[in-house]
Amino acid sequence: MSNQCEIRLSGSGGQGLILGGIILAEAALNDGKNAVQSQSYGPEARGGASKAEVIISDNDINYPKVRECDILLSLTQLACDEYLHTLKENGVLVIDESVKTPDRDDIKVYSLPILKTASEKIRKPMVANIVALAVINQITKVTTKESLEGAVLKRVPRGTEDINTNALKEGFNLVNA
Amino acid sequence: MAKNNVKLMQGNEACVEGALAAGMKFFAGYPITPSTEIAEISSLRLPKVGGKFIQMEDEIAGMAAIIGGSLAGLKSMTATSGPGFSLKQENLGYAAIAEVPCVIVNVQRGGPSTGLPTSPAQGDIMQAKWGTHGDHPIIALSPSSVRETFDLTVKAFNFAEKYRTPVILLTDEVIGHMREKIEIPSPDEIEIIDRVQPKSGLEEYKPYEVNEDQLVPDMAPYGGEYRFHVTGLVHDETGFPSNDSNVAESLLNRIMKKIDNNIDDIALYEEYKLEDAEVAIIAYGSTARSAKSAVDMARAEGIKAGLFRPMTIWPFLDKQVTEVSKKVDNVIVAEMNLGQYVIEVERAGNKHTKVSKCCKANGQLITPDEILAKIKEV
Repeated sequence: MSNQCEIRLSGSGGQGLILGGIILAEAALNDGKNAVQSQSYGPEARGGASKAEVIISDNDINYPKVRECDILLSLTQLACDEYLHTLKENGVLVIDESVKTPDRDDIKVYSLPILKTASEKIRKPMVANIVALAVINQITKVTTKESLEGAVLKRVPRGTEDINTNALKEGFNLVNA
Repeated sequence: MAKNNVKLMQGNEACVEGALAAGMKFFAGYPITPSTEIAEISSLRLPKVGGKFIQMEDEIAGMAAIIGGSLAGLKSMTATSGPGFSLKQENLGYAAIAEVPCVIVNVQRGGPSTGLPTSPAQGDIMQAKWGTHGDHPIIALSPSSVRETFDLTVKAFNFAEKYRTPVILLTDEVIGHMREKIEIPSPDEIEIIDRVQPKSGLEEYKPYEVNEDQLVPDMAPYGGEYRFHVTGLVHDETGFPSNDSNVAESLLNRIMKKIDNNIDDIALYEEYKLEDAEVAIIAYGSTARSAKSAVDMARAEGIKAGLFRPMTIWPFLDKQVTEVSKKVDNVIVAEMNLGQYVIEVERAGNKHTKVSKCCKANGQLITPDEILAKIKEV
């Protein structure tokens, strides 16, 4: 199980986290790995806490749901409060800078202006999911950069390729800065 | 980079891909969570392959429409979930007695009634067999992965055509909605079976006539050159109703025998680490994924566990379950209901082994830990 990585992307409905999960899983497939993507599935389409889950592995993935995760992304305070306890010891927490840094010293925390980068630098708040994927990728190397770029370009609507490529670049830069 | 035919796909999407590969040309239904994607994708794809999609006024009509579509000669499918599956039962019986090939997908969710619309369950096991009244043949298949959803949908069409019977693809919300890697087989890797057309002259044609060694009558497309009558009443070989007890007996015997006598052809299952197992888990659908993990976890602790995973739920795999029961000290049936398939396993296995259950029906997938705990308990 050591080569299995379980990721939970959390935030509010409408932030594109499910698409983010699909892209992450496809990036893993591009790397020749196995991936399973699932989601909490409720009647609310916008707002509220939303999450997408991805398991990436070199082996077959049997149980398809994420329990304790290795990587947790939380774009909102509500989501972080809800899912922080599911992050494993030594896990990686990526939060938007608007989220309070939690009181846990057994994890690595990266607090970055993900939402602001999307809304102010790229001027498209809806690419926050892509910025976040770039951030996660840059920190954890859970997929290769090329595979992530390929997966993003395959899934985003036609005509938005440049914006999304830019979102990836800004996301990578956030970590390097 | 991944190969071109390797995709990330949802179970429900793979079901439509499998149906199209098998030759589906007609889909009728009434969208219901968690099966909606099957109707949605069928509506997009069918017109592009010369097929037709129709959204009917309700679940009952959806089932009726695929019976009509299939009689007219097109491979037909509908998809539903619990509440819709209940409504389809009357017409499902009609398809059984009139021997109309068709595929009914039931993406199971929590019940009874409207229950838990967005949560998984495996509570329709017995309904799949006994939901419609009267003795009747049925085939039900249950996939555990996205790829297997593709494969078993193809099989469902093949069995439907070969045995002229409704076939139920009994999947669940977990398998229907999860996305995972699937390598789509190329068309030449896929076996496709079509119904046998009659060879007799137009005047002599009897729609339900069989030779001595034949259990499945040849089938002409309704509305074509061959003229015949179709009914839900007991009928003789001409297709017209009969009250004769000999006719009734021979019809019922034949439609049951066409499944019972071919159970070896219909029996699909997987055995995992059973060779030296002392405890066997029996699980199907999404629960079988948890069970496989539990087997590996138990083995890592030195417990000799194995998994028997039926893909064919109905007809019940008596022979295989009996064999497994003879080999092990304990059988545990894990399923997302309060105990359904286990009733059949007890019937087959009780005199050879101890049968217990690991059941849950709260809308959550049974976890590997829960099954492992049960393994340690027995």
